[in-house]
Amino acid sequence: MFAVELLILVPLVGAALCVGVGRLSARASRLASLGATIASAGVLAFLAAEGIFSGVALEGWRVARDTVPFWDLRIDGLSAPLLALTALTGLVAVLASWGEHNRSSVHHALLLGLQASVTGVFLAADVVLLYVFWEAVLIPMYFLIGIWGHENRRHAAMKFFIYTFAGSAFMLVGILMAVFGIGQTDISMLVSGRTALAQPSLVFWLIAIGMLVKLPAFPVHTWLPDAHVEAPTAGSILLAGVLLKMGGYGLLRLALPISPGSFAHAGIVFAVLGIVGIIYGAALALVQSDLKRLVALSSVSHMGFVLLAISAGTERGIAGAMLVMVSHGLVAPLLFLLVGQLYVRTHTREISRFAGLGVVTPRWGSALTFGALASLGLPGLSGFPGEFLSVIEAFGAWSWPMIPAMIGVVIAAAYNLRAVREVVHGPPAEEWRALRDLDAGDLVPVMLLVAAIVVLGVCPAIVLNMSGDAFATLAELIAGGV
Amino acid sequence: MVLAYGWSVVALPLAIALLVGLVGRFLGRGIAYVSALAPAWVLFYGIVACFEVLSAAEKGGVLARGAAVWLPAAGDGGMAVGWAVDGLTGLMLVVVGMVALLVMVFSSGYMAGERGLPRYFATLSLFTASMSLLVLADGFLGLFIGWELVGACSYLLIGFWFTKPAAAKAAVKAFLTTRVGDIGLLLALALLWREVGDLSYAAVFGMASALPGAVLTSVSLLLLFGAVGKSAQFPLHIWLPDAMEGPTPVSALIHAATMVAAGVFLIVRIWPLYSLSATAAMVTLAIGGFTAIAAACAAAAQRDIKKVLAYSTISQLGFMFAALGAGAWEAALFHLVTHAMFKALLFLGSGSVIHGCGGVQDVYEMGGLFKRMPITGATWAVGALALAGVPPLAGFFSKDEILHGVWGVQPLWAAVLFGASLLTAFYVARTTRLAFFGTYRGAGHPHEGGPEMQLPLLVLAVGAAIFGVTGGVIAALIGGHHGDLDPGIALASAGIAIVGLLSGWFTAASASDPGPSTSTGKLIIIARGGWGGDALVNAMLVGPVTRASALLDVFVEGSLINRIAEGTGPAARRLGRGFTSLQSGDAQWYAIMSGAGAVALLALVAYLGRGF
Repeated sequence: MFAVELLILVPLVGAALCVGVGRLSARASRLASLGATIASAGVLAFLAAEGIFSGVALEGWRVARDTVPFWDLRIDGLSAPLLALTALTGLVAVLASWGEHNRSSVHHALLLGLQASVTGVFLAADVVLLYVFWEAVLIPMYFLIGIWGHENRRHAAMKFFIYTFAGSAFMLVGILMAVFGIGQTDISMLVSGRTALAQPSLVFWLIAIGMLVKLPAFPVHTWLPDAHVEAPTAGSILLAGVLLKMGGYGLLRLALPISPGSFAHAGIVFAVLGIVGIIYGAALALVQSDLKRLVALSSVSHMGFVLLAISAGTERGIAGAMLVMVSHGLVAPLLFLLVGQLYVRTHTREISRFAGLGVVTPRWGSALTFGALASLGLPGLSGFPGEFLSVIEAFGAWSWPMIPAMIGVVIAAAYNLRAVREVVHGPPAEEWRALRDLDAGDLVPVMLLVAAIVVLGVCPAIVLNMSGDAFATLAELIAGGV
Repeated sequence: MVLAYGWSVVALPLAIALLVGLVGRFLGRGIAYVSALAPAWVLFYGIVACFEVLSAAEKGGVLARGAAVWLPAAGDGGMAVGWAVDGLTGLMLVVVGMVALLVMVFSSGYMAGERGLPRYFATLSLFTASMSLLVLADGFLGLFIGWELVGACSYLLIGFWFTKPAAAKAAVKAFLTTRVGDIGLLLALALLWREVGDLSYAAVFGMASALPGAVLTSVSLLLLFGAVGKSAQFPLHIWLPDAMEGPTPVSALIHAATMVAAGVFLIVRIWPLYSLSATAAMVTLAIGGFTAIAAACAAAAQRDIKKVLAYSTISQLGFMFAALGAGAWEAALFHLVTHAMFKALLFLGSGSVIHGCGGVQDVYEMGGLFKRMPITGATWAVGALALAGVPPLAGFFSKDEILHGVWGVQPLWAAVLFGASLLTAFYVARTTRLAFFGTYRGAGHPHEGGPEMQLPLLVLAVGAAIFGVTGGVIAALIGGHHGDLDPGIALASAGIAIVGLLSGWFTAASASDPGPSTSTGKLIIIARGGWGGDALVNAMLVGPVTRASALLDVFVEGSLINRIAEGTGPAARRLGRGFTSLQSGDAQWYAIMSGAGAVALLALVAYLGRGF
């Protein structure tokens, strides 16, 4: 089915169009990028009508065309929710950079290029293709941070690049070992032929290290706060929204299925890294003075829940990991978007310089309060179902030793509500008396994310119905042991 | 049949919350009455449910239920969130609906002219929906969702006047303290899920007697921890006095009648499980008894009329916990209902006083209000006497049942509760005399509020006066036992109430504190501060966590992990410097780096893969 290819081609064509019409006017290129993201969402909606969201098994639904080597695309339960997330955050990122004046056509083109490559990662059914897209993601992100970032952008771009590149070097070794060891490049073939691997645990960890850097897991997370703080708003939105999800996706797509036996010892490592990450990220977020760094470190904490959930190795655990990822892909972009909107108006992110914005900019204040409540995992919003599954499944697997993770749950409430208290509450600061509240244009991306957060919170079945079979298959693989 | 639409007591308030939040500002003063439709429906539904239960041949059964799979799973049926209506649910819906309805009516006068009324009424409606969900849920998952949501509404409403730093701080403190307790609840769910594999009450109760003793005790203690947080029991009581920063009608609804009683409701709800653990019962009794007397002492030392009521609420909830610990769960529920009436009445009365005195909350600056605010004064008197346990008002009967129940199990703790009763009567009389009698000491012009504020007071006064007769009905609703009045205990508690009232009355002759250098003065200062609970929590918890986090940030993240990451040898840094100076060489460098890396990796793979 050719429509799957369109998910990659449409943003790519859009990117070319952006640069092309950028010579005419910045407005035209903005419209072109908006058109491209809407069209990608439209393609996805079309595919949804064809049934990709109805829940298909891990190795189902081949939609390949064999004319290009390694070119093999496939959608299944594992990728469907992340594709939807990519389409949504891509649209939000374009809307968020509507006011970007510095070389806006290139900026938008890079956003679209990023969307195309991330989509490629989630669609690739061939491990070589997956790796190519994986590395391709780095390029637009590198330039987005390096050119449109803030004061310290070059250092952050560099750090981001070296870190994730080093991570993917391990991953590449792992992939090549698997490819040469099994003699296949198709992922499902790799999985079914996995018994031919001489050192499955080595392959597992080589791949997993790349994923853990991407996720990011403690202690290889330090590229993330720097990258986020320096990245332009749209960059942060895509970074938090979908780039981090590549880490969790890769674990579930490659590492675990190719070497499910390694889970016997990897599970406990994931659990420990997850719990440490949950507490560590939350504790650091608690003492930040930069609002954006606070949100960035909260990502480390949330991604800890992804690892903790996976560590249970059960269908519900994996479901919890996916729900946490999708939810974080909505909530963190919302918070980054709001921080960005504030920065555009005030040119600062210092928490201590703000107070009482709830009076001055009530729409912005309400949205931040909403985002904070979503981030702390309030039921009814998207953060809760995943965190809940993560906790109960981890308890089922690890029993009382997982209790320290609960400290993170309390601190999550503390850092989120602290941000609201210091920025939104209190008597309004004189300095910002004349601050402009969000206008209709600002509100469109905000409300898109808010709506998605509520819908997913009330009805997590949307994701679980897409992916349930895939999770069950994975859990069976893990339970099978080899 | 109307009962089949049980989900509507959640859905309708939710829809109204949305409506009021979005278009509330176009509704003008009608906003309160549109919002009031939500609790009115809850109340109506609750009444119908109660009548159905009472007329049914077999009590204690479920009248109607429904469920939907919330977290589907391919491997099994998934996790469901469901609702079920029985006598206990019906009774709680009546309490929630009635108090919420009256509070909304009262608010239309009390909050008139405030900014942000749509936010206020939308959050109140959301609270009504969440509280309905909490009592309507047919299992732990639905309960937990409602439990967390009422906490969030409480946070939003305590912080309603968010430009006041104290209000903003109190809101966060309330949320965080109760969230500490919620962890107990969440872990209890996890443990039950592991042991039973189903979170509906029916399934858990069915398995309860087959569970190992250690599991039963753990689950019960974890649930108790959650209940202690929500119901502001020692040592998680510290948030409730601060929560008085919220608008007074909110205090009446959330922090007196409904949400803070959710802990008691929880234990009553899961009685078939909870009653199996003797350890949990012992701990519950101790926590309840201790909280009852310590908070009553603190209440006796307050100057702020709302703080008196806040500590009084903590103390009265302590009575209920003590009853639960003694196995007298019917008495605990009975007291929950009567307390909802008289404490909501007292809070709304204090709201009327604060409104009339132009925002003054210090009883030392009141006095003589009875003459100037006769309706408020008279209804306050009814509530106060009911709280003090004077027969034949409602509080007397329910407290008598508690004392009777505890006496039969642990006479020592019963003695403590008698002491708490004495103190209760003491602070009630003291506060009442200081505020309503003598001469007016303030600078304002106290006046009665409008009819929308007087009517709720009158309705609640009737409830506080006559709800003592409902003990039998309540026991019948939950299929429990209702004992007759124990003459000895009744006489003793009535006598204690009189003694306490008289001593409180005479203490209140002068509206001033004893000097801070006297030993009484020192004691009063400590008690007024809630026995140093805040300082303890700050020293033991808040301080260490913040300090540890700051240390992590500076030393582990900054000096260790980041230094390793950025400084793995000067080579990386030199590479970085060289790179940043190459203004136009980005792509080129990338290509070289990629190429070199790929070659190195291929060599590595060839080496590793030589075995096959």
